[in-house]
Amino acid sequence: LIYCYRKPKTKRAKRFLEKREPKLNENTKNAMLIKGGNANLTVAEVLKDIYAVKKPFAVLYKRKNITRPFEDQTSLEFFSKKSDCSLFLFGSHNKKRPNNLIIGRMFDYHVLDMIELGIEKFVSLKEIKNSKCPEGTKPMLIFAGDAFDVNEEYRRLKSLLIDFFRGPTVPSIRLAGLEYVLHFTAVDGKIYMRSYKVLLKKSGCKIPRIELEEMGPSLDLVMRRTHLASDDLYKLSLKQPKGLKPKKKKNISHDVFGTTYGRIHMQKQDLSKLQTRKVKGLKKRPAEKSAEDGGTTPKKSKSA
Amino acid sequence: MAAVRVEVVLAAAEEQEAEKRRSITVEKELELEYDLGNLLAVDRNPPPAAALRGAGPRREALLRALARDNTQLLTVSQLWELPAERAGGAGGPLVAQLPEPTFRLPREKPPPKPRPPTRWEQFARLKGIRRKKKTSLVWDEQAKEWRRRWGYRRAGGDPSRAWLAEVPAGADPEEDQFARLRREKRERVARNELNRLRNLARAHRAGRAVPAAPLHPTGHQDRDELRRVARVARTSTASLGRFQPRLPKEPAEPPSRSGGKKRRFEPLLGNLAAERSRQLELLRDMGSKKPVLDITRAVNKQLRQEEAEAAAANKGKKQSKRGKRGRRQQRPGRSGKKSG
Repeated sequence: LIYCYRKPKTKRAKRFLEKREPKLNENTKNAMLIKGGNANLTVAEVLKDIYAVKKPFAVLYKRKNITRPFEDQTSLEFFSKKSDCSLFLFGSHNKKRPNNLIIGRMFDYHVLDMIELGIEKFVSLKEIKNSKCPEGTKPMLIFAGDAFDVNEEYRRLKSLLIDFFRGPTVPSIRLAGLEYVLHFTAVDGKIYMRSYKVLLKKSGCKIPRIELEEMGPSLDLVMRRTHLASDDLYKLSLKQPKGLKPKKKKNISHDVFGTTYGRIHMQKQDLSKLQTRKVKGLKKRPAEKSAEDGGTTPKKSKSA
Repeated sequence: MAAVRVEVVLAAAEEQEAEKRRSITVEKELELEYDLGNLLAVDRNPPPAAALRGAGPRREALLRALARDNTQLLTVSQLWELPAERAGGAGGPLVAQLPEPTFRLPREKPPPKPRPPTRWEQFARLKGIRRKKKTSLVWDEQAKEWRRRWGYRRAGGDPSRAWLAEVPAGADPEEDQFARLRREKRERVARNELNRLRNLARAHRAGRAVPAAPLHPTGHQDRDELRRVARVARTSTASLGRFQPRLPKEPAEPPSRSGGKKRRFEPLLGNLAAERSRQLELLRDMGSKKPVLDITRAVNKQLRQEEAEAAAANKGKKQSKRGKRGRRQQRPGRSGKKSG
């Protein structure tokens, strides 16, 4: 807004631009779901289901867009700039790469990471007939499998998936609303994504037993190509501004037992003018008071 | 007999308890890692690969069991242990306070950079001028009511309906005063816009004054940066860029090898006339009575520096009463200062 050559003339335009400018605490990331030139029914269904999970922080484009993200990223960057989305999911299908899904994120409207995944099996929301969670529930994310730590590409994929599905960052959450779980397992070169609804069942004691009911979209994915950001670009994107660090309160310390100690720095006191207990014998008589030089009687204050 | 029965009963009760406990405890080789700010749990245990290989409902059941165990650990042992309170009074829902997310995720956009101060802001900081809080309504004598300071129905009356424009003292009597007022307003608006654009250009230029850093990765490069980097790339060949092909419209002149930074010495027996004129100028400057140092400029510079230091030092302390007037009274020697 500060660097605008054309200043906004209405308050609405100003609010629109302020929402999009870089901030200390950022907005929740929006996702754009795009169909490629030859997207088939499976891919279209996947995009629709993910849109249902990510509403209202997602935009589903209805028309097919003929682009190849791995060759040319300008069209994706243009869409990102127009709709202010920093996450994207691009679906396409051809003989060489059937049921292809490219998941990626942007930094400063330029592509940061892109990972191509192939869909081997897909069970949509419609096929599983049971009651679903309300829209916009913040999901719990669980990653199982050591591949998510050992392999660099899987590590980036984990970071991408967390970024994609985590939803808005909230300071507090209603405990009864923790009902949606997304579980990712990396086994044997495949990634299984399952969504469950959480039910609490009675166990013998006070602590309930969790039971899961399969609910949402479930995908079997296999990793194909990747386009990961270089290390320095990734480090640049991770940089947080200094304003976000909590300010340390000075002169406060805690000890092992939990007691809080505070320090007060006193200025030098004139001991001759200290207020002590009233001793009648030392009380000044009126004659002596007038003889003093500009002596202002100090205010009577309670001694410590 | 009775003692044996009691023991049997106790053992049965204990087994029942253990059975109940088993339904809610989860055994894991490696502990899960939690990031409660993101409602995230990471399980590092290698899943049973052989069992999961066979397709079909068995795999689903295994995956569901794994998910159930992990969810049990995440919700019951972590999320429900967070400090919770009843939002909105006694009957409201139970709400847990989530900690800050610890998993580092890349930002959407780079962090905002503070913009450099404008010319007025620099001047105000130098002089110690602070913003006066103005009231939003002003008393209008003519209309006898409180009106806005500017905008719709402002205090001074509608300027487009002003029917009288006095001819100022030394002006030409034939001149059209209304036209003059309109022209002056247009000039003021244009000057304001020009200054705003100049401040903007200065801010833009200052933002990219990082010559040593390599090319910014995300493409906000401007012409000068690209030209500089292209020059560096061209001269990084074995023959220092002398045989590099040029693009059709690129200028053909080779850049100076030193880049204009190091000292250049003229050749010893070059331009005799230039050398002669230089020596004569030097003699002239030495012989003239006028001092090379401009005293007034130096003194003004020094005074401005002192004022800036004083303003910076007093910035923390309270200055509301003293301000511009107080400091002006303190320095009677300054000339040429008119009250605003």
